[in-house]
Amino acid sequence: MFKKILIANRGEIACRVIRTARRMGIATVAVYSDADRGALHVRMADEAVRIGPPPASQSYIVIENILRAIRETGAEAVHPGYGFLSENAAFAEALEREGVVFIGPPASAIEAMGDKITSKKLAAEAGVSTVPGWMGLIADADEAVTISRKIGYPVMIKASAGGGGKGMRIAWNDREAREGFQSSRNEAASSFGDDRIFIEKFVTQPRHIEIQVLADRHGNCVYLHERECSIQRRNQKVIEEAPSPFLDAATRRAMGEQACALARAVGYASAGTVEFIVDGARNFYFLEMNTRLQVEHPVTELITGIDLVEQMIRVAAGEALPFRQEDLTIDGCAIESRLYAEDPYRNFLPSIGRLTRYRPPAESRSPTAVVRNDTGVFEGGEISMYYDPMIAKLCTWAPTREAAIEEMRNALDAFEVEGIGHNLPFLSAVMDHPRFVAGEMTTAFIAEEWPDGFQGVTLPEAQLRRIAAAAAAMFRVAEIRRTRISGRMGNHERRVGTDWVVALQGAEFPVTIAADRAGSTVRFADGEEKRVASDWTPGQPLARLDVDGTPLVLKVGKIPMGFRIRSRGADLKVHVFTPRQAELARLMPEKAPPDTSRFLLCPMPGLVVRVDVAEGDTVEEGQALCTVEAMKMENILRAERRAVVKRIAAGPGASLAVDDVIMEFEPPPAGGKP
Amino acid sequence: MHDILAELEARRSVARLGGGERRIAAQHAKGKLTARERIELLLDEGSFEEFDMFVAHRCTDFGMQAERPAGDGVVTGWGTINGRMVYVFSQDFTVFGGSLSETHAQKICKIMDMAMQNGAPVIGINDSGGARIQEGVASLAGYAEVFQRNIMASGVVPQISLIMGPCAGGAVYSPAMTDFIFMVRDTSYMFVTGPDVVKTVTNEVVTAEELGGATTHTRRSSVADGAFENDVEALAEARRLFDFLPLNNRDRAPVRPFFDDPGRIEPSLDTLVPENPNTPYDMKELILKVADEGDFFEIQAEFAKNIITGFIRIEGSTVGVVANQPMVLAGCLDIDASRKAARFVRFCDAFEIPILTFVDVPGFLPGTGQEYGGVIKHGAKLLFAYGEATVPKVTVLTRKCYGGAYVVMASKHLRGDFNYAWPTSEVAVMGAKGAVEILYRSELGDPEKVAARVKDYEDRFANPFVAAERGFIDEVIMPHSTRRRVARAFASLRTKRLTNPWKKHDNIPL
Repeated sequence: MFKKILIANRGEIACRVIRTARRMGIATVAVYSDADRGALHVRMADEAVRIGPPPASQSYIVIENILRAIRETGAEAVHPGYGFLSENAAFAEALEREGVVFIGPPASAIEAMGDKITSKKLAAEAGVSTVPGWMGLIADADEAVTISRKIGYPVMIKASAGGGGKGMRIAWNDREAREGFQSSRNEAASSFGDDRIFIEKFVTQPRHIEIQVLADRHGNCVYLHERECSIQRRNQKVIEEAPSPFLDAATRRAMGEQACALARAVGYASAGTVEFIVDGARNFYFLEMNTRLQVEHPVTELITGIDLVEQMIRVAAGEALPFRQEDLTIDGCAIESRLYAEDPYRNFLPSIGRLTRYRPPAESRSPTAVVRNDTGVFEGGEISMYYDPMIAKLCTWAPTREAAIEEMRNALDAFEVEGIGHNLPFLSAVMDHPRFVAGEMTTAFIAEEWPDGFQGVTLPEAQLRRIAAAAAAMFRVAEIRRTRISGRMGNHERRVGTDWVVALQGAEFPVTIAADRAGSTVRFADGEEKRVASDWTPGQPLARLDVDGTPLVLKVGKIPMGFRIRSRGADLKVHVFTPRQAELARLMPEKAPPDTSRFLLCPMPGLVVRVDVAEGDTVEEGQALCTVEAMKMENILRAERRAVVKRIAAGPGASLAVDDVIMEFEPPPAGGKP
Repeated sequence: MHDILAELEARRSVARLGGGERRIAAQHAKGKLTARERIELLLDEGSFEEFDMFVAHRCTDFGMQAERPAGDGVVTGWGTINGRMVYVFSQDFTVFGGSLSETHAQKICKIMDMAMQNGAPVIGINDSGGARIQEGVASLAGYAEVFQRNIMASGVVPQISLIMGPCAGGAVYSPAMTDFIFMVRDTSYMFVTGPDVVKTVTNEVVTAEELGGATTHTRRSSVADGAFENDVEALAEARRLFDFLPLNNRDRAPVRPFFDDPGRIEPSLDTLVPENPNTPYDMKELILKVADEGDFFEIQAEFAKNIITGFIRIEGSTVGVVANQPMVLAGCLDIDASRKAARFVRFCDAFEIPILTFVDVPGFLPGTGQEYGGVIKHGAKLLFAYGEATVPKVTVLTRKCYGGAYVVMASKHLRGDFNYAWPTSEVAVMGAKGAVEILYRSELGDPEKVAARVKDYEDRFANPFVAAERGFIDEVIMPHSTRRRVARAFASLRTKRLTNPWKKHDNIPL
């Protein structure tokens, strides 16, 4: 076994590999760019080597820099993680020349699977089901119909040179095939000057399901079942699970066996993933093979009990797989939520900055539930603009899918991230979405369910009542503390009342609290009673309560006369009024949000060093507009709301006084809500 | 007998109605509460005890004798906020537009005298059209009587003004002399001369909101210390502020049970100061992480944002915080920041509230605007305020501590009790580049030499240790242990005794 390995990566995956290596007694070497000097993977590794400036193109993907780090530290093998150099055949070859082991497949396999057309050909030859289609020239509409029939409807008729949906038609029958061929060809000719057309099977209700394979250098290959990754936003995976709620045993076996056949065909030896697209009738078609560890590998580990990184290292060291296909069963269900530093309320705009608070839910392992969090960041760390915005992968496991989802809901509620925008509310929203709960998703799930983007979650009344009861009980505790202040007028202290009115999400709930030692009974006006127990004390940002015997986890912030409460993807202003306060609060006028100016004004005397947008650009709320240097400090000015840049009044180099106009905005065109 | 009791109740009901149902409805329609409703929300439920409910004016001019409503346009009395005594007056806009008459003023003066005698704060709720014109000079005299009491009470009991409607003309000078002024957005305004007079005299066209609304006074003029969305919120937040303040100048700041470990370690503070010395960071994060339960009541949040002032608690006990904010103007001191912080420091000192200062100050803001505006005298206010303060003073240096601005910011030399420095702090007469430009003027043509000199200077002075060698810093501390250190420091200063030499009063450069 290796004594020392180098991890040619950063972030959570570098940390993930280090953890397994450490358990195996292998020393670890981290590499870092200038932006990652204080990163978690650097702190965790036994050694760390600087490999260049922040941009990955000058550090993490510079083969020569990695080789230098290897020579400097004497690492015997390299784990590439995912991304960066993980599927770079030249890197694998360079390592081989250096006499260093690449913890991954042979360079030839990387190369073979790296090309879309070659890989499809190889897959077809290996007996893997590929999307049926006709690549040859099609003479006329009659031939198009013949081919379409052979493939089986529905079919997609595409221009060879096409793109962006131009020259593309879907046909469900002969007539549509005939018409589609004609119009596609005309469009292709006029748009691209190339009227070549091809036809392939149109996959309806597509799901993204992939098979994890593991092969050693002794000819053994197994599949570790599937992962379903259909929940994607613009081809970016958001939530994955294993097993897929959609596959049956026969389909699973067929997909697994084909995946192994392909792996054998290319002489694969390591962990790899064969991606399929699966239609509503469980027909599956090969997409591509990823010759590396996947981001979402933890869900496979959770249902199989196998540490994939460990197996990759052992295979690379020449060991044979310690198990056979029949040893690999599916135990329970695992879900992964990817935490991105992207603000869902601002059209998922990447968010950078300092993590002022970062407290993941506690990792735990019991026979009925597992919570695992793979992370590469820490409280007080910086999310930089240079790398992938994914900062953590929260996984839960339970014996059933239903229970795993419930674990995930609670784990997301308990995940504290402050200082940057992040997609936790969106992840919570998916966990409560009936289509997801029913397992009825396709790759279009997010686009279909949130066509206008994510505007937050509206909670159902039952959940509002649980939160209202909790808020009333918590507020009462805080008010009682206030009455214990020093300097009171003896014998004339304030008595905290039992009647309160909780206002949240536009609803008002008058309640009466009866408190005892063990908790509070909160009685609603219609007679409903909720029992709230908690050890929450004022000021705690996370409240773990028990409401009527089921857990309720709330993120609690301060606002006048109440709390900001975040739970299940909702972000609520919860006011807890005395009855009189509530009565008078109703007299207060509703105020429209203040009209932010049409101008971006310079907030300080300074020098414009950079303008990040151009006239005519549509900018999202929070987007960086320009940088003003003042007192030798760079200050990034951001858009206060969605708007179109009408005019840029001050360019780089302009020296400005306070309130000088930098740019002017106009309202964005109607319709396109962020 | 029963009739007499009923008579009292009847009279009370009439008095409580103030200007009558129609005017109350009009007040509500403007989004404002009535004088009595405001008191109800300000004080503990059922704790209000009213004085002078039946006082009526004595004016007979302009037919005034025909209408003599009980209370005369102001509700006065006392009650409790979380059990602690407070005196209150609340002007009733439904009665003669809340205008101030001789008797109206007498009611206010009565509760102010009692507050002084009994050592309890005064909260004034202002909602008044101004002087009672019909009374002429008697009304004016009434204002003057109130002013004199504001002045005498200053530094004896805390005085808080809530502006919840118009407050114009001479009337503004009563709140102006209180410790804190809070306004309500869209429904309150303050000015010495209103838009009409402004237009007549100067031809300036300006709305009441632009001239003296909450935005103007919190961002531009700094007359107000804060603004709230509506009456209900303003009154709730006034209660919150009250819990930070002592009852009088012989009382200690209040203490209440707290649920936060004084020894709490915050590892994230070790990375608060960025590696690049020109990158700003948010000083508020430090304040929130040092404070009990992350609770911070900020004063003048919208004005001179390059300095932060406000109240936190440490071990349940009030502490005033002053901190440079590197996010704005790099944390430089300027005229506005100096004035803002100086007034806050003097409030804390007057009422025995310990002061915690966080320092990251690259210097005073340069420029003609500053010099012509008198930054010399305004900057001296903060220096003066810190130097004369006898309350416990704990200072933590986080990064740049350059030149005179560093001395101003509660340095050891200004009788700082505990002066801690983070290892990232740089105590020096100026930044390295500036120093080299002066020390090695002849070498300025040679960038290589300059770079070497800058590096030398940084190695020698861009750290806290030179100052620590001299004892100007008591201890270099780990950022993550700041809360524990600060809490222990204040705990050890509970018995601090320090008095300034006798004087009639000082002569701070006003």
